[in-house]
Amino acid sequence: MSTAPVQSSAGEAPGATAPILSVNNIEVIYDHVILVLKGVSLEVPEGGITALLGANGAGKTTTLKAISNLLRAERGEVTKGSITYRGEQVDSMTPSELVRRGVIQVMEGRHCFEHLTIEENLLTGAYTRKDGWSAVKESLEMVYHYFPRLRERRGSQAGYTSGGEQQMCAVGRALMANPRVILLDEPSMGLAPQLVEEIFEIVRQLNAEQNVSFLLAEQNTNIALKYAKFGYILENGRVVMEGDAAELRENEDVKEFYLGIAGGDRKSFREVKHYRRRKRWL
Amino acid sequence: MSNQLRIALWALGAPVSVGLIGLLISAMPLIDSNFFFTWGYYLEVVTTGLLTGVLYSLVALGFVLIFKASGVFNFSQGAMVLFAALFFVGFMDKWGLHPALAFLLTAGVMILLAMLIERVVLRPLVNQPAIILFMATIGITYFLDGLGQTIWGSDVFTLDIGLPKDPMFLMEGTFEGGVMVNQFDIVAAVAAGAMVIVLAFLFQYTRIGRALRAVADDHQAALSVGIPLKTIWAIVWSVAGIVGLVAGVMWGSKLGVQFSLALVALKALPVLILGGFTSVPGAIVGGLIIGAGEKIAEIFFGGYIGGGIEDWFAYMLAMVFLLFRPQGLFGEKIIERV
Repeated sequence: MSTAPVQSSAGEAPGATAPILSVNNIEVIYDHVILVLKGVSLEVPEGGITALLGANGAGKTTTLKAISNLLRAERGEVTKGSITYRGEQVDSMTPSELVRRGVIQVMEGRHCFEHLTIEENLLTGAYTRKDGWSAVKESLEMVYHYFPRLRERRGSQAGYTSGGEQQMCAVGRALMANPRVILLDEPSMGLAPQLVEEIFEIVRQLNAEQNVSFLLAEQNTNIALKYAKFGYILENGRVVMEGDAAELRENEDVKEFYLGIAGGDRKSFREVKHYRRRKRWL
Repeated sequence: MSNQLRIALWALGAPVSVGLIGLLISAMPLIDSNFFFTWGYYLEVVTTGLLTGVLYSLVALGFVLIFKASGVFNFSQGAMVLFAALFFVGFMDKWGLHPALAFLLTAGVMILLAMLIERVVLRPLVNQPAIILFMATIGITYFLDGLGQTIWGSDVFTLDIGLPKDPMFLMEGTFEGGVMVNQFDIVAAVAAGAMVIVLAFLFQYTRIGRALRAVADDHQAALSVGIPLKTIWAIVWSVAGIVGLVAGVMWGSKLGVQFSLALVALKALPVLILGGFTSVPGAIVGGLIIGAGEKIAEIFFGGYIGGGIEDWFAYMLAMVFLLFRPQGLFGEKIIERV
């Protein structure tokens, strides 16, 4: 077990600060029959960037949607476990109530409102805000400050902008809600490596300057671990590994299976260690 | 092309094309010596047509609102028109209420109905394909037809809200005999026009309007930024209900409140195809073109093929549009990026 970076006690939160969001052993079932998450637990520390890694179908998106409560619109349901945000149980809230409290999701595949202009897209993000037009205007300026490209394209219909601009628009739109936690789903999808780098760089800035915490679901393990402080690896609806990003990067198995760096001889899959779900609650 | 330019083009182009069509028709006596044409008469026909067209627009508007905000083609819009008209007439005749009070009360009923539809029909069907929602609205149609007539009976009611019905004559100096228009039609047109302006403003510039359009584009993304679908849908159906009420009152005064009122909605289909399903101005312009077009066709060319053009002209026009411009005059282009 020397290389498996498993931290010992549940009380010891990653990143030393108290978790702003914690997911406790949740189970998610779609359509009453399809079991997708089989007991996932994770914590997002205040002011940190946390990565949620794993292959296709591992349950990354489902985990994020369970938190933001977009699951119900897809006939999914959290059947066990609980989710707390700042100590408050949030599993039965509507997405709208959660956004008002400061948790917002940026969905995979960007999902901009195609027929609205970029600026209108951004303004829809402020729908839940009640602090007046001047405050919203201020946020708009803040978003344009981080994404100068959006300012240039503010009058164009979002459907006609490029993939990178749409991703920026989606992140900017989420920022307009004045969130404390952004659940960012697969921001690198379908973008050129250089753009991916650019977007992650902005995420880092937002994290540092605006104190927004991020929970980041990514398939691109390499870049995610470069920017995140802490990572969880999901497999088959279970957290199979967790640890500081630096430790995960050095882990032989992560290298082999997620980073594509073979350490010396190719391993035989027979010897691959099978990680088991860590049972926090026992 | 900027919006102002487009509006200017239309404002200029519409009278010019009316004039051009007039010119074409004025050449008809050259071919057929029995053909009757004077410019005064032509204008009268066009005006009557346009004023009927406004009423078509009003029905079409209800469709557009719901289509825009939920991507659902609301088959029950016609039934809502009838339902609203029945309640209005019922409140007035059977309860003896003042028209204004009856209108407010009926608006309340329509809002209640919208909330009910959202709760019972739409909410359980979130994220289902559009065709399923469409089928659900067919169900709503039958339900409303039945419910309205169960409550108020299936007689033909006459509806008189005290609007002037006498014809009046415009531009008597310019044309011999002037141009005769129905005062009622003018009141109806003004009411519809005001309604459209308010709606267009609401859609374009308010927070709710933006949210409505956002929901129309992408339900899920709208949910994810915290727009509550329930509220938005209830609002849209309420507004569509109230538009239906106005249409019901206008058409009801014209035709009497009876079952066939629900069929007025059929005329809204070609209007939508012409104007585009997603455009409020489109619904207006579409209605005007169809209203004027069918009157001109009927009166000047009906004689050659035995009349009755008015009934199918709109559908022919719609078919031509489907062939050459399927998104309609003002419809949103389907954006497809690779």
